[in-house]
Amino acid sequence: MTTKKIPVIERIMSANDKVALENRRILDEHNTHAINIMASPGAGKTSLIVSTIKALKGRRRVGAIEGDLASTVDSEKVKAAGVPAAQINTGRMCHLDANQVHDALGELPLDDIDLLFIENVGNMVCPVGFALGEHTRVAVSSVPEGDDKPHKYPTIFANVDVLVINKTDLLPHLPFDVAEFRRLAKSLNPDVRIFEVSCVTGEGLDEWSEWLVQLTES
Amino acid sequence: MHELAVTENILEIVGRHARAAEAERVLRIHLVIGELSSIVDDCVQFYFDYLSEDSIAEGANLVFERVPITLRCGACGHEWQPGDAADWTCPACGLARAGVTAGREFYVDSIEVE
Repeated sequence: MTTKKIPVIERIMSANDKVALENRRILDEHNTHAINIMASPGAGKTSLIVSTIKALKGRRRVGAIEGDLASTVDSEKVKAAGVPAAQINTGRMCHLDANQVHDALGELPLDDIDLLFIENVGNMVCPVGFALGEHTRVAVSSVPEGDDKPHKYPTIFANVDVLVINKTDLLPHLPFDVAEFRRLAKSLNPDVRIFEVSCVTGEGLDEWSEWLVQLTES
Repeated sequence: MHELAVTENILEIVGRHARAAEAERVLRIHLVIGELSSIVDDCVQFYFDYLSEDSIAEGANLVFERVPITLRCGACGHEWQPGDAADWTCPACGLARAGVTAGREFYVDSIEVE
């Protein structure tokens, strides 16, 4: 039997990317701007979303998709802040994919949502590889995690639009060099926009939410 | 484990192309993976051996061609490979304007069938 080589040249993520494009079409149809929030567990993704919902009250209508391995803890927190939320439980999966987000979009009143936060599963590696149809990608990195995060996870830092440094209220207590962190992040991603916030004191949230308001000006 | 999702995709793509070519068996699968993607070769092969049982690709070998990250400085045009270093400041001019020119590849290049 003869062996032959067949050219394929097909992107491994093409099936996911196709659904991501469809998600984008649905979002655009409803004039909803989606933000994919990625970070390690405990960086403060949910706190940032809840604080932002409060800061944007009366200015932008917010909604959320909450991704987690299990439980509805996060979506309950977001709903308690008064906005529509859908929960995705990924079970064994370490990331959200476009299909899961597609299903969640069907559960949300998109006509009433200007800004949709998609909170990814807590993980600095896997979520980056899966397009969801989002318009903006945000990484959250918190002060207690250390200022060497860009060294350890260059891929996520190189592939986001925005970087939020969270828990800045802890800076006086920890050896975190903000300037060096910013320098490294900018070296990996010259165009990345960086915000410094504390969801505890509220510091920096004004600048962040003002930027979100401008982002969703239609 | 996102290697599982990735492997399912590879198997689907390979099966579709092999059937279209009326192949009986897939022997080798050539993948081109940039260093910016975070997948572990052995892990994909492990899942592949498990998922491909009783399929046209059962027993196929995965061949990984890894593409190193290549950067181009947007300020001075210098090109270099940073390797494992996560500081992408240009070694020639000292500015942080690096653009990725290679290292994001993530595709099935070809299959060998009989």
